[in-house]
Amino acid sequence: MEDRRPSLAPFECASGISWLSHYSAKGTNRCERRLASAHEDASESPPESVPCSGFVHSIETCGTVDGPGLRYVLFLSGCPLRCQYCHNPDAQGKPHGEIRTSESVIEDVVKYRNFIRRGGITISGGEPMMQNEFVHDVFRRAKAEGIHTTLDTSGFLGHRASDEMLESVDLVLLDIKSSDPQTYRETTGVSLQPTLDFARRLSDLGKSMWIRFVLVPGLTDDEANVRGVAKFVAGLTSVERVEVLPFHKLGESKYEQLGMRYQLSDTAAPSPEQMASCRQIFSEEGVTTR
Amino acid sequence: MSTTLPNAPAVSTLANSKNNEPKSDIPQRDAWRQFRLGNWENEIDVRDFIQKNYTPYAGDDQFLADPTERTRQLWDELKDLLEQERQAGGVLDADTIVVGKLTSHGPGYINRDLEQIVGVQTDAPLKRAMLPYGGVRIAQKALLAHGREMDAATADIFAKHRKTHNDGVFDCYTADIRKARSAGIVTGLPDGYGRGRIIGDYRRVALYGVDRLIEDKKQQFHSIESHAFSESWVREREELQDQVRALADLKKMATAYGFDISVPATNAREAVQWTYFGYLGAIKEQNGAAMSFGRVSNFFDIYFERDIAEGTLTEAEAQEIIDHLVMKMRIVRFIRTPDYDELFSGDPTWVTESIGGVGEDGRPLVTKTSFRMLHTLTNLGTAPEPNLTVLWSQDLPEAFKDFCAKVSISTSSIQYENDDLMRPYWGDDYGIACCVSAMRIGKQMQFFGARANLAKAMLYAINGGRDEKSGEQIAPPMEPIRSEYLDLWELDAKFDLVMDWLAETYVKALNIIHYMHDKYSPEHLMFALHDREIYRTMATGIAGLSVAADSLSAVKNARVRIIRNDDGLAVDYEVEGDYPAYGNNDDAVDSIAADLMTRFMEKVRRQPMYRDSVPTQSVLTITSNVVYGKKTGSTPDGRKTDEPFAPGANPMSGRDKKGAIAAMASVAKMPYDHAQDGISYTFSIVPDALGKDSQMRQDNLVNLLDGYFAETGHHINVNVFDRETLRDAMDHPEKYPQLTVRVSGYAVNFIKLTREQQLDVINRTFHSVI
Repeated sequence: MEDRRPSLAPFECASGISWLSHYSAKGTNRCERRLASAHEDASESPPESVPCSGFVHSIETCGTVDGPGLRYVLFLSGCPLRCQYCHNPDAQGKPHGEIRTSESVIEDVVKYRNFIRRGGITISGGEPMMQNEFVHDVFRRAKAEGIHTTLDTSGFLGHRASDEMLESVDLVLLDIKSSDPQTYRETTGVSLQPTLDFARRLSDLGKSMWIRFVLVPGLTDDEANVRGVAKFVAGLTSVERVEVLPFHKLGESKYEQLGMRYQLSDTAAPSPEQMASCRQIFSEEGVTTR
Repeated sequence: MSTTLPNAPAVSTLANSKNNEPKSDIPQRDAWRQFRLGNWENEIDVRDFIQKNYTPYAGDDQFLADPTERTRQLWDELKDLLEQERQAGGVLDADTIVVGKLTSHGPGYINRDLEQIVGVQTDAPLKRAMLPYGGVRIAQKALLAHGREMDAATADIFAKHRKTHNDGVFDCYTADIRKARSAGIVTGLPDGYGRGRIIGDYRRVALYGVDRLIEDKKQQFHSIESHAFSESWVREREELQDQVRALADLKKMATAYGFDISVPATNAREAVQWTYFGYLGAIKEQNGAAMSFGRVSNFFDIYFERDIAEGTLTEAEAQEIIDHLVMKMRIVRFIRTPDYDELFSGDPTWVTESIGGVGEDGRPLVTKTSFRMLHTLTNLGTAPEPNLTVLWSQDLPEAFKDFCAKVSISTSSIQYENDDLMRPYWGDDYGIACCVSAMRIGKQMQFFGARANLAKAMLYAINGGRDEKSGEQIAPPMEPIRSEYLDLWELDAKFDLVMDWLAETYVKALNIIHYMHDKYSPEHLMFALHDREIYRTMATGIAGLSVAADSLSAVKNARVRIIRNDDGLAVDYEVEGDYPAYGNNDDAVDSIAADLMTRFMEKVRRQPMYRDSVPTQSVLTITSNVVYGKKTGSTPDGRKTDEPFAPGANPMSGRDKKGAIAAMASVAKMPYDHAQDGISYTFSIVPDALGKDSQMRQDNLVNLLDGYFAETGHHINVNVFDRETLRDAMDHPEKYPQLTVRVSGYAVNFIKLTREQQLDVINRTFHSVI
C-alpha cells in the first residue's frame, strides 16, 4: 500500500526550483522541455505520463467564489507579493510544503466531476505563476478531461505565461489591487506595471477575464486610485465581470499563529456606503461591478 | 368568479344529488368531465389517472399568487393559537375522556367563515385526541406529562376489558429483547404507540368517492371466498370487513362537516377537501410516528387546471386552497410521552408531501401545483410541517430546480431525495413516508421500527457482551478482548458475532411488534385506501455508522489503546496517530462504512419476517443521535462517552475536513441497494459559502444537488443559515417563532428543541467552505 517511489521523484520537474528565477524575465521551462524531449525520445509513451510536480498549499474540494459554478480550488504555495491583507500569508515566499504531481491532482479532481460540471478547476495561491509549468501541466490535463480551467493571479508574473499555456486557461481572475504605482507597491510590495502589461496582453488575446479589486479603507479607496482602475478596466476588451470585494480580516488569526505582524488590525471593513461609492466610480467609467 | 365556489361549508351541491336515482353514474360523469379516460375508470388506479391527465409545467415562479386576505387572517388566528400552545408548555388542550376515532368528535374549526378546507382531529384545533390502542399506560403517561389525567371510567375499560398493542408486545418479548431495549443497543421500538409509516392513497377518496371504494373492497372480500382456509385467509377476510366499516365511518365524519364524499369530487376545492378528509380520518384513527400525506400535488393540479380552464377558479383561489390545506397539515398533533419527545424532538408528525420527480415516460412530474405547494413556505412563512420533500432528478425542468434552490435558501425547510435512484425501484407514483422511506402509494407499506446501535455493538464485542456503561451482561457471553491495543482482526471477528446476535434480537422484536400492532391497533382506514395485495417491507435501521466506521479505521490505521476500569471493563480509548475519517471522500474508510452497512443488512436478511415482509434498512437517526450518544460509552474512534453521534449517515461533526462536497461524496457511496429504506444526510452551510449574491447561491445549490444526486446520494437536508442566528434563537426564542431547521429526515421548529439538542445542531459541521 505504501508509496515506495523515490521521494525525490517530484523534483524531477523543476517547478519547485523555478521560484529561484522568478524575478528573471523568463521562467524556466524545464518541465515543458522535459515533456517534449520525452516525447521525442520515446514516442510510444505519451507526454502525460511524465510526472510534473508542484508545491500545494491546500485544496478546497469546491469553492463558489473563484470562478463560475462550483470549483475545485488548488492553492499553490509561493508568492513574491506581500499584500497587506493577504489571507494566506503562510503561502508567501518560495514554494514549500506538500508536493503533488499534476497527475495525482487531476485524479482527485475527476472524483468531483459531477459537482463541477458547470464549474471547473481554479488554481490560486499564493501566486500560481511561481510554478507556471506545474500550472500548465495541471490545466493541460484538465482540458483533456473536458474540465473548465481558471487561473487566479496577481498578474505580477504574467510574463511567465506562454501563449501556449494560456491556451489551456479558460478564464483568468486578475487582481488589480491599485492603479497608482505607489499605492500598489505599498499594498503589495511589488511594482504595478507587470500586472497592467499582463492584463493588456490577455485583452489582446481575447482571453476571458474577471477583474477583482479589493477595497481597503485608507489604503486603496482613494477616489483617483479607484477611478484609475476603472478607467484601465474600461479599456480592456475581454473582461466578463468586475468584482469589487470588501476587505475582510478573516486572515488575521493566521498572522498571529505565524508570528507575523498584521498591518491592518485597525482597519475596518468598508461600510456599505463606501462599497456603493466605489461601485459608483466604476459605473461612471462605464464599468458594471458585482 | 368565486360566486361559483361555495364559500361556507354548507352541504355541497353533490349532497343534493344523493337522493336522485340512479346515483352512481350521473355524478361520476359530471365529476369526471373533460378527463381523459383510461384504465383508471375501470379499476382503482390513480397513477393512470395522473399520467393521462396532468399538465407538465416547465416555466418559472412568476405566476404564483400572494396570500389572499382570508388566508392572512386565518393564518394570523392560527399563529395566535400556536403561540398559546407554546406558552402552555407544548400542549394546548387534550381529550381525557373520549377515545379518538373517525367519528368520535363533532366538527371543529379554526374560523369557519374563513376556512376553505375544513376538518381537525377533534372538535377544536390543537386539541389532542386520546388514542390508547397502542398502549394505555403510555397514553396515561403522556397525559400526565402535560398535567392531565385520563378519565377513570375510560382507564378502567382499558384496564379490565381491552388489551392494547403494548400489552401484547410485552407478553411476548424475549429476555434478550428486554435487555437490549433497556441497555439502549436497540432504541425507539414502536411498542407503545402507533407505528405509522403507512400512507393511504387519500386521492382515491376524491377521484372515486367513498361508495366506489366500498364497492371495491366488498368485491375483494367476495373474490377470496373460495380460497382454502388458512390463518392469513381469515385474517384478510376480517381486515376487509373492518376496512369497509372504516370507509363508512369516513363518510359519516365528512357528513358532520357538511360534505357528502360518497361520490367523487366535482371541482378542485372538493378534490382537495375530499383528499384531506381521507387523511384526516387516518390521523384521527392513528397516532403513528409518521403520518405522511403522499404525493398529491399533481393530482390536485389536474383539478385546478380544469377549473381554471372552465373559468371557475383564479390563481389566487387555487393558491388559497393549497395554503389552507397546508395550514391543516401544520397542526397535526399527537400527545406524546417525555421519552418519546426526547427521541423525536420538536413534536414532529412527518406530514410528508413528495413533490416533483420524473415519470417513467420521461416527462417531469412537475406542475404548477408543485410550485404552489412550495410557495406556501413564502405565503405562510416557514414551518417544519408538512415535511416538504422534493424528488430530485437531473431531468427536472431548470426553472423548477432554480425555484427549489431559491426557496431552500430562504427557508431551510426542504429536503431532497434522489428520484433517479428510486424510480427504478418504486416507479413514478411513490411517496416518502416519514423522512426518507419510499413506498408506492396505495400499494406498499412498511413495518417500521427503531435503530440498532452499531457503535455500541462494537463495544460489546470488546467487552465480551457486557454493557460498557452498566457492566451488565447483555449480549451472550463471549471472550472479551484482553490485549492492550485493539487488533483489527480480533475486533472485527467479535464484532461480527455481536452483530449476528443483534440482528436476530432486533428483528424478532420488530416481528412481535407488528404482529401485535396488526392485531390490537390496526390502521383500517389507511389499509382501506390500499390495494388488496400490499408489498410490505420490514424496515430496520442502524445508528452510529460513522462512529463504527471511524473506529475500525482508527484500529486499522492508527493505534488504539484500551483503557479499562477496575472491573476490567474497557471504558475508554486512546488513539495514537491519525486515521482517515469517514466524510473526506477517502475510499480507505468510506468502504469500511459501506461494508458495515451491507454486512448488517445481510444479517437482517437471514431472519424470518412477519407477514412475508421484505427486509430493508435505513441509515437515519433523527435528533435521536443525541440520545444514542448518551447511551453509548467512549468509542475507539476517540469519541468520548455520552457525546452525540452524527445524525443519519453524516460524518462525525468536525471530522469532515475536506469540505462539504467531499463529505457529500462519501455519503453518496453508501449503497442504496442495501439501505432501501433510505440514507439520510444533513447539510448545513452558511449563505456566504454558497456564493456572493442570491443568483450565485441559487445556481451553486442546484450544482451541489445535481452533483450529489449524480453521485447516487439518496437524501439530503439543506440548511442555509449562520450559526449566530441559531445562537440568537436559543437566547431569544420569542424572536424566532417560525425558525425551521432541517435535521435528519425532517424539519423542526428550532425553538421547540431541548437546549441540549439545540447545542447539538449548532455544533454540527457548518460548512463555511464547500
